[in-house]
Amino acid sequence: MPKPGKEPTFEKAKDFKGAIKRLFHELNTYKTLIIIAFTLAILGSILSILAPNRLSSLTDEISAGLVINQDNLQVLTKKTSENLSKEKLEEIMSKILSPDLSEKNIKNIMSNENISNEDKVKFQTILTKLKANDETALEELKNMPNTILESIFKDTTYEGVKVTTKDKIDIIKIDKNNINLSENLINIFFKEITIDGIKISPNDQYKFIKTLNTLDKNANQNEIYKKLDTMPKSIKKAINPIMDMNKIKSITLLLVCMYLASALFTYIQSICMTDVANKFAYNLRNRISIKINNLPLKYFDKHQIGDILSRITNDVDMIAMSMNQSLASLVSSVTLFLGSILMMFITNWILAITAILSSLIGFIGMAFILKNSQKYFMQRQTELGNLNGHIEEIYSGLNVVKVYNGKEEANKKFDEYNEKVCQSNKKSQFLSGLMQPLMAFIGNFGYVAVCIVGAILTMNGQISFGVIVAFMTYVRLFTNPLSQIAQATTSLQSTAAASERVFEFIDEEEMSSQKNIKKHLDKVKVKGNIDFENVIFKYDGNENPTIKNFEAHVKPGQKVAIVGPTGAGKTTMVNLLMKFYDITSGDIKIDGVSTKDLTRENIHDLFTMVLQDTWLFEGTIKENIIYNRKNIKDEQIKEVCKEVGLDHFIKTLSKGYNTVLSDNENVSAGQRQLLTIARGMIKETPFLILDEATSNVDTRTEELVQTAMDKLTEGKTSFIIAHRLSTIKNADLILVMKDGNIVEQGNHKTLMKQNGFYANLYNSQFEK
Amino acid sequence: MLKLFKNLTKKEWLFAIFCIILIVGQIWLELKIPDYMSEITVLVQTEGSKMSDIVLNGGYMVLCALGSLIFAIGAGYFAAYIASEFSKNTRKQIFDKVQNIDTEEVKNFQTSSLITRTTNDVTQIEMLLAMGLQLLVKAPITAVWAITKILNKGWQWSAITGIAVVIMLSIIITLMAIVIPRFKLVQKLIDKINGLTRENLTGIRVVRAFNAEKYQEEKFDKANQNLTDMQLFNQKKFAIMMPVMYLIMYGLTLSIYFIGAGLIENSVLADKITVFGNMIVFSSYAMQVIMSFLMLAMIFMMIPRASVSAKRINEVLDTKQKILPGTFDGETKEKGTVEFKNVSFKYPDADEYVLENISFKVNKGETIAFIGSTGSGKSTLINLVPRFYDATEGEILIDGINVKEYKPETLNNKLGYVPQKAVMFAGTVNYNISYGENGKPKPTEVKIKEAAKVAQAAEFIEKMDKKYKTHIAQGGTNVSGGQKQRLAIARAIAKDPEIYIFDDSFSALDYKTDATLRKELKKYTKNATSLIVAQRIGTIMNADKIVVLDSGKCVGIGTHKELLKNCAVYKEIALSQLSKEELENA
Repeated sequence: MPKPGKEPTFEKAKDFKGAIKRLFHELNTYKTLIIIAFTLAILGSILSILAPNRLSSLTDEISAGLVINQDNLQVLTKKTSENLSKEKLEEIMSKILSPDLSEKNIKNIMSNENISNEDKVKFQTILTKLKANDETALEELKNMPNTILESIFKDTTYEGVKVTTKDKIDIIKIDKNNINLSENLINIFFKEITIDGIKISPNDQYKFIKTLNTLDKNANQNEIYKKLDTMPKSIKKAINPIMDMNKIKSITLLLVCMYLASALFTYIQSICMTDVANKFAYNLRNRISIKINNLPLKYFDKHQIGDILSRITNDVDMIAMSMNQSLASLVSSVTLFLGSILMMFITNWILAITAILSSLIGFIGMAFILKNSQKYFMQRQTELGNLNGHIEEIYSGLNVVKVYNGKEEANKKFDEYNEKVCQSNKKSQFLSGLMQPLMAFIGNFGYVAVCIVGAILTMNGQISFGVIVAFMTYVRLFTNPLSQIAQATTSLQSTAAASERVFEFIDEEEMSSQKNIKKHLDKVKVKGNIDFENVIFKYDGNENPTIKNFEAHVKPGQKVAIVGPTGAGKTTMVNLLMKFYDITSGDIKIDGVSTKDLTRENIHDLFTMVLQDTWLFEGTIKENIIYNRKNIKDEQIKEVCKEVGLDHFIKTLSKGYNTVLSDNENVSAGQRQLLTIARGMIKETPFLILDEATSNVDTRTEELVQTAMDKLTEGKTSFIIAHRLSTIKNADLILVMKDGNIVEQGNHKTLMKQNGFYANLYNSQFEK
Repeated sequence: MLKLFKNLTKKEWLFAIFCIILIVGQIWLELKIPDYMSEITVLVQTEGSKMSDIVLNGGYMVLCALGSLIFAIGAGYFAAYIASEFSKNTRKQIFDKVQNIDTEEVKNFQTSSLITRTTNDVTQIEMLLAMGLQLLVKAPITAVWAITKILNKGWQWSAITGIAVVIMLSIIITLMAIVIPRFKLVQKLIDKINGLTRENLTGIRVVRAFNAEKYQEEKFDKANQNLTDMQLFNQKKFAIMMPVMYLIMYGLTLSIYFIGAGLIENSVLADKITVFGNMIVFSSYAMQVIMSFLMLAMIFMMIPRASVSAKRINEVLDTKQKILPGTFDGETKEKGTVEFKNVSFKYPDADEYVLENISFKVNKGETIAFIGSTGSGKSTLINLVPRFYDATEGEILIDGINVKEYKPETLNNKLGYVPQKAVMFAGTVNYNISYGENGKPKPTEVKIKEAAKVAQAAEFIEKMDKKYKTHIAQGGTNVSGGQKQRLAIARAIAKDPEIYIFDDSFSALDYKTDATLRKELKKYTKNATSLIVAQRIGTIMNADKIVVLDSGKCVGIGTHKELLKNCAVYKEIALSQLSKEELENA
């Protein structure tokens, strides 16, 4: 049988609630670890929720480094421009200009031939205005040719500083768009100022004002910033953005700690859950293994080996896996989900609603996909099962398919199944592949929604940019757990179904209790009498008893042959003798003691049983012969093997008695039979149950087996499921079974005389 | 694995190209998103930005996201299509191949392995195609593209991203190196647990008879403990993975921000916003880079498994067929004759002959039986007739014509074969009896009933709840071994063949049924030739001819009586089963 691949399975429990309840009840032993794990999961989630807020503060701190110090800029602009205000200008002008308006000088000007008459007329009017102290005079003076101005303004000193003619002309010509001042003048106009403790020299102030004045009124921020970058250092220092590096460092450190703690929590949490999951799985597997040995045999009549095997491996694995992965992730996902909603609302309810609404659309789509992909996955599973079944069937019957020309039919069926698998494959693969991109889209969509709404809020000054950054993370924190929760619930469903099956098995009714049984038969002292007294036996669920009023008395050392066609129920006899089944009424007595008053273990001790299906396990030959007996010496084993004629064969094996028996070993069916006989011989009991059937054994081995069996029966009260006519003929008692019933009993002679079923059976072999 | 991809049809290649184009488009759009993100960030940061600009950029970003979603859906569709079609076609190819390869090869591969190769191995590759193909294309392109986008945005950031990738990959590789070899061990330990449980279950009577419950439980507990320890070790090592991955991702973001703070601090006013924008963009591209590497690591985990599967599939597909079909499909002069002329057989690589120089001839209506100990070659001998194997030397003539010359269908139509292990198909009793193609119309219901009657199956079929319409489960699990054999015999009878081949087909029947069946069969198949392999003397002693085989050699041919007199091996076999007296009486 091919192993089923690790395909996602979707199964639903019959009683989901009950199964989960039971599961948690069973997990009680590991309460502490689980609580630790859950607490850590919750703590970890809380940390992941809190971290974005810190990250947002970090972003805020960093973005504080983007915007210039507006306050200082304003102060600076105000203070520096004051220096060039009209009043200040006039004040200074009146103090330092001191024009030379002497007669002689004026005469000189007037007689200068280089000056046009027009200018001379204008100069005359200005002169009169000046004398009348008219303020407009200075304005007009600006437009005078330099020759005139140079004549009236002579180098002077002001407050000990030399003021040159050129300086004076510059002052007169000062204009918003054209400021040109010499070093000397700058010192006159500007006085050193201090902003936030930063000294700004007159020269720097002059440069500041000069650059500022070159800016276009409609300049954007970027252009302004570019101009500001050309400013002198002191100015830049005063208006530069303030980034609090210390604060950034401390936030970063805090975040590092949070991330580390969160990682540590996750790690410890998953270690805890791994521990719980594996220990629980260990415990379940052991319980199943013990349970197998405590179930009545009738259980195995109705249940297949594969079914129990799948419980012990697949189902237990499923439970362990989902405990390891889903349970804690479910807890942390739910915490994350609820926590991030809470945090979003605390931070800003408008953005919170935006984020939730924008994700909602995506989730509806996701729920749709999940539902459909589950459907198609289940469909795929069934189709694949059909296909695999067909393949298995054809491959294992390949010869018959060939000889019966069944290829075409097989192909037709194969194509049909194959196409169906292909179609459901396409759908399920496609749909399950959609999840990831859809999640990404939801994330991006939420991001944009949060950004736009966030931008509006930021512009209104309601929130800082950091809040948006925090929300970007919240959107992710909020969308991720939902898909995880969806996955976890699906796997929880399968887990419920699996645990239902496991516990169903563990809760199965066990064999009757043997506490009140006091009697004990010692196998050394037992003589070997067995009495069947009016035995009636009925299988569970059967209407008619299988064995009716069976009466027989077997004396020590007698041989009882059980004969009948296949399926006649010969094993029923074995089952009753070994107390594998309890008889319905009547009694079976060993040396006069009712088997009802003996423990099963006691009875088993008295019997040696060698069955047709040669049961050997993977282990050495020695281990297989000794089995669970203790204190068996090597010589004893050798002796027994010599007796059944195995010794020679075993010696030919390279490792002798320590050869490991596995399925592919070169041990023939007959040799296997001999090994089980040897195992039985070592047990040394007063009673023997033997199944003679030796099909598939070649002639020579068969002889060996028969000799060995004969040796085994020596001196024992034996029950033999007989196939050999010689055995039957020599038996002290023949029980003839048909359709589960003992129809005739007696020895060969009496039975042949009866000319009934036995005689018929015997003769049939030699009919022509 | 590449060899298998040659099986992709033109349409699938075209789809693959579409898929790749869509993936490239998807990546292009995905990588545009951070640009818009940064644009939006800068806009929100900058005073006086217009709301309309933010909405516009947001709109573009959503469009990009939507576009990438649509592309992803398209790519997903094509990938699912390619994967499903590929697995369908590959499976079909293997199925076809297995039906045509020689019996010997089937034996070499083992049926269970062939089943796994047709089912699980194909599924493995299909999974790689469906998921891996997209990732395999996407991850490197994304990584390279994202890297080129961020490379000139600040070497400090690039360096830290590089370091993160290196740390991540080395952790993954170390973990894999530790855990993957142990995963194989886990499978072995699980098999052990399974084996022990199966052992306990199949031997439940023996276990109880020996009071060995504790012994079994202790053995199981030991295996269980080993498994649990190994699982705990693996899973605890693996538990490191997730927290560390998250730590690396968060750590990287944090580092980028921290470095960004420094960069902003040191840049001129006008550049600060740009640097800030870059920082935001970089952190999202860096995530893309990290994720791509993570995806690549995942694929490299998938590839080895898939390539093992591919190798196993190719082994089947590359098997050469040695038994080639003939062409003869006409009428033969003789009917119902089987003749072996100096036939010898050995397996290709073996030194020893399984059969040596066997010659005999049976005519229409005769029964020939083969007997001998296990390994004497009797099953092999009759397997040469339907050409499960071809004789190494000598020739086998059916109706006077060498089996190798027949068209397989024509040869098969002459044969009614009943194997040692009865084969049942899922379907009704009717279906099972009338199974196959015979060049004749399908047997009627009357014919089926007749066949069942002769095969001694009618009685139990009539007892079933739906009689001839009763469903037989796959592998015939709902009928007993003896019933299966009788149904298989009925199948051969319903076919009305010229030649019957019974390969130890009566072993599961009790003496009485065996005897009645043979008697009825003899009456019914008067005109047909029968080849019988048997273990029991009783089954064959009435045959017209008995061939006694010993170690592949024919040590005696004759009737029961003749052989008893002059064949020592036969006598030995007979004596081991019947007493002298019985032999004489018979």
